[in-house]
Amino acid sequence: MNPEATALDGWIDLLSAVFMVVGAVMSLGAAIGLLRFPDLLSRMHAATKPQVLGLFLLLAAIGLQMRTWWVWPVLVVAWIFQLLTVPVSAHMVGRAGYRTKHLHRELLTADELEAVVQKAAAKTAREDGTGDGSQP
Amino acid sequence: MMQTVLVVTAVIFSLAAAGAIIRISRGPSLLDRVLATDVLLAILGGALCVDMAVNRHLNNLMLVVAISIIGFIGSVTVARFVADRREQPIES
Repeated sequence: MNPEATALDGWIDLLSAVFMVVGAVMSLGAAIGLLRFPDLLSRMHAATKPQVLGLFLLLAAIGLQMRTWWVWPVLVVAWIFQLLTVPVSAHMVGRAGYRTKHLHRELLTADELEAVVQKAAAKTAREDGTGDGSQP
Repeated sequence: MMQTVLVVTAVIFSLAAAGAIIRISRGPSLLDRVLATDVLLAILGGALCVDMAVNRHLNNLMLVVAISIIGFIGSVTVARFVADRREQPIES
């Protein structure tokens, strides 16, 4: 090995070490957010840090450490799978939290679901009142 | 250098897992516990990733993907369960 290659090795090691430490700090930030934030929705905001950016940094560290090109598609597939599943579960948890009133309403700046819920409730009441449940 | 990184990340991940476990045990509602369990699974996957990166192998990659599937299925199922259970007294 020529000295340039070993210098490059050292830089790649340093970069992946930084990625790993920052990815671990994302997990720590999520834990601190879980402990300190007041209600479910703000805790959900903290919980997404290690799931997306933290996992991306750690998978990039794996790719840098393996020093081969063929691992990158596998790592990208693993990360994209996480990207596809995390929003769905966060949507379900947030919706269940909204319905069971596990939120501090005074902390919200906008509540777009409120109008939808009101509209659906009014529609249900109207259909119950007239008696015909015919859908257009 | 890699051994130092391993020790540092192990300490950070342990603190993070302790925080998530405290939230699981203390969480006022079931959804808080589900969220904290999701974070705990993410921390576990991150620890597996660090192990793979430091020791330069890919044995745990399928385990990381499986952990993300388990977190997805678990939180979706529990969220459905909570929504159904708490909705009934309002509708009746």
